[in-house]
Amino acid sequence: MTIPHRTPQYPKRRFNWLLQHLQDAVSTLGKLCRTPLSSLLTVTVIGIALALPGGFYLIVSPIQHHNQHWTDNASTISVYLAQHLNNSEINQIHRRIRQEPGVAETHLIDKTQAMDEFRTHSGFGAALDLLEHNPLPAVILVQPALNQQHIDQTERLATRLRAWPGVDAAQVDLQWLHRFAAITHIATRGIALLAALLGIAVLLIIGNTIRLHIQNQQDEIAIMQLVGGTQAFIRRPYLYEGLWYGLSGALVAYGLLFAAITLLQNPLRQLGSLYQTNLALHLNDPTLILLLGCGSPLLGLLGAWLSVRQHLTSTSHER
Amino acid sequence: MIRFQAVSKHYPATGHEALTHIDLHLATGEMAFLTGHSGAGKSTLLKLIGRLETPTRGQLWVNGRNLNKLTQRQIPYHRRQVGMIFQDHRLLPQRTVYNNVALPLVVASVRHQDIRRRVQAVLNKVGLARKANSYPISLSGGEQQRVGIARALVSKPPIVLADEPTGNLDPELSRDIMGLFTEFNTVGVTLLIATHDVSLIRPLRKRIIHLQQGRVQPAHPTDNS
Repeated sequence: MTIPHRTPQYPKRRFNWLLQHLQDAVSTLGKLCRTPLSSLLTVTVIGIALALPGGFYLIVSPIQHHNQHWTDNASTISVYLAQHLNNSEINQIHRRIRQEPGVAETHLIDKTQAMDEFRTHSGFGAALDLLEHNPLPAVILVQPALNQQHIDQTERLATRLRAWPGVDAAQVDLQWLHRFAAITHIATRGIALLAALLGIAVLLIIGNTIRLHIQNQQDEIAIMQLVGGTQAFIRRPYLYEGLWYGLSGALVAYGLLFAAITLLQNPLRQLGSLYQTNLALHLNDPTLILLLGCGSPLLGLLGAWLSVRQHLTSTSHER
Repeated sequence: MIRFQAVSKHYPATGHEALTHIDLHLATGEMAFLTGHSGAGKSTLLKLIGRLETPTRGQLWVNGRNLNKLTQRQIPYHRRQVGMIFQDHRLLPQRTVYNNVALPLVVASVRHQDIRRRVQAVLNKVGLARKANSYPISLSGGEQQRVGIARALVSKPPIVLADEPTGNLDPELSRDIMGLFTEFNTVGVTLLIATHDVSLIRPLRKRIIHLQQGRVQPAHPTDNS
């Protein structure tokens, strides 16, 4: 038998679809604003959970940056020449080092320069005047070529130079820097782990909050399903809710970080000046902004999506 | 329009066999009543048509579609073809009459202007135009029932199912509502109405399907007084 088909055709326009999204976006925002206390509590918890890894990241990322900078600079070899050499012998050794393979750049600090530098930086100026001879050796700073900067290669170059006549010592002091790099590496990993855990926490907070809202609106959802509401239609307002939670949580986190940095800025500057370095923290880190601004809303969306899915699958047998 | 072929419904949790081997055919534009004692399987039969339940055995075609082959995704679109009216109305208490009635159009992404026009028209039809901004709680039982009817009809579905639509209403109101159904039937809507009130439906001279313990009985309306 043939059964006549009568399908009501509704004008489905892209504009209409967009309008509905806009409506859902605005109405869920309005709904969150109507329960300010509970919304604020949820958003604050999310904000704190996000501010923690964000703050650690802000501290570690400049250290990592400095570390890289230090490692590059410190891969210099200091070649200390014997005291008894005269200027032409020193120049000769300097020329030979420059022709050595794997050497990019050299800088000669002769005895007088070394003395001047020491005088200005050490604060022992007056004491030095008492000495009859200049006790400082001439030093040649050797910068290995870029492709030779691995610690082993630098070490090998130093060993070679050490064996030369007229060279007292050749020093590469990278050990502590490498230890420091290892520590910051562990710290970075730790922060990534912390961020992952707190990210899951944010997901669960948003998911659970929305789960409670869904439970409160079970009847409404059931009736929407009864009159032909698709899963996408039922899901949409909750997705917007998750999005708003994520977005406002990110804003709170950013605010908290701003407050923390404002409080820490001065002490940090003081500490930095003691080490002749700039230890300022910057909130306008693009990675941080990207992670907070996109990551948090995405977590909100995902949390909401999982909650709705869980509800719809658990009730699909009854409806 | 609606065809049951050896349909059975068994509830494993209670071990209850709600429907046994139902063979039934409702033609397009037909209006029929479903009678029987409570527990005879009337509600289950209606729920199967609206795909609120799935048959344990057998095949069920509605509007040319085999419901057994409906995917989860297709269910909402199937339900838009079937207007359902419940004895307990199933209205949303926190929404106005207007918004309750508009719901099937809202979920189907109908344009705002069209929604307003159609909701007003259907509220006029059921005599509730003045109550559009009231909340269901402030309405009488009969008015709430009519809101439920308006909601089922607003999207002009080809099939309307009603489960005890006059359950708690006085005879006069019941007759009004039946009159409303007959009126919709004249414009081609297929209706299946479950009721235990045989005296109300007999004057309408429509087909009566009698269910007894989950089985369709030979239809003799006069036997049911």
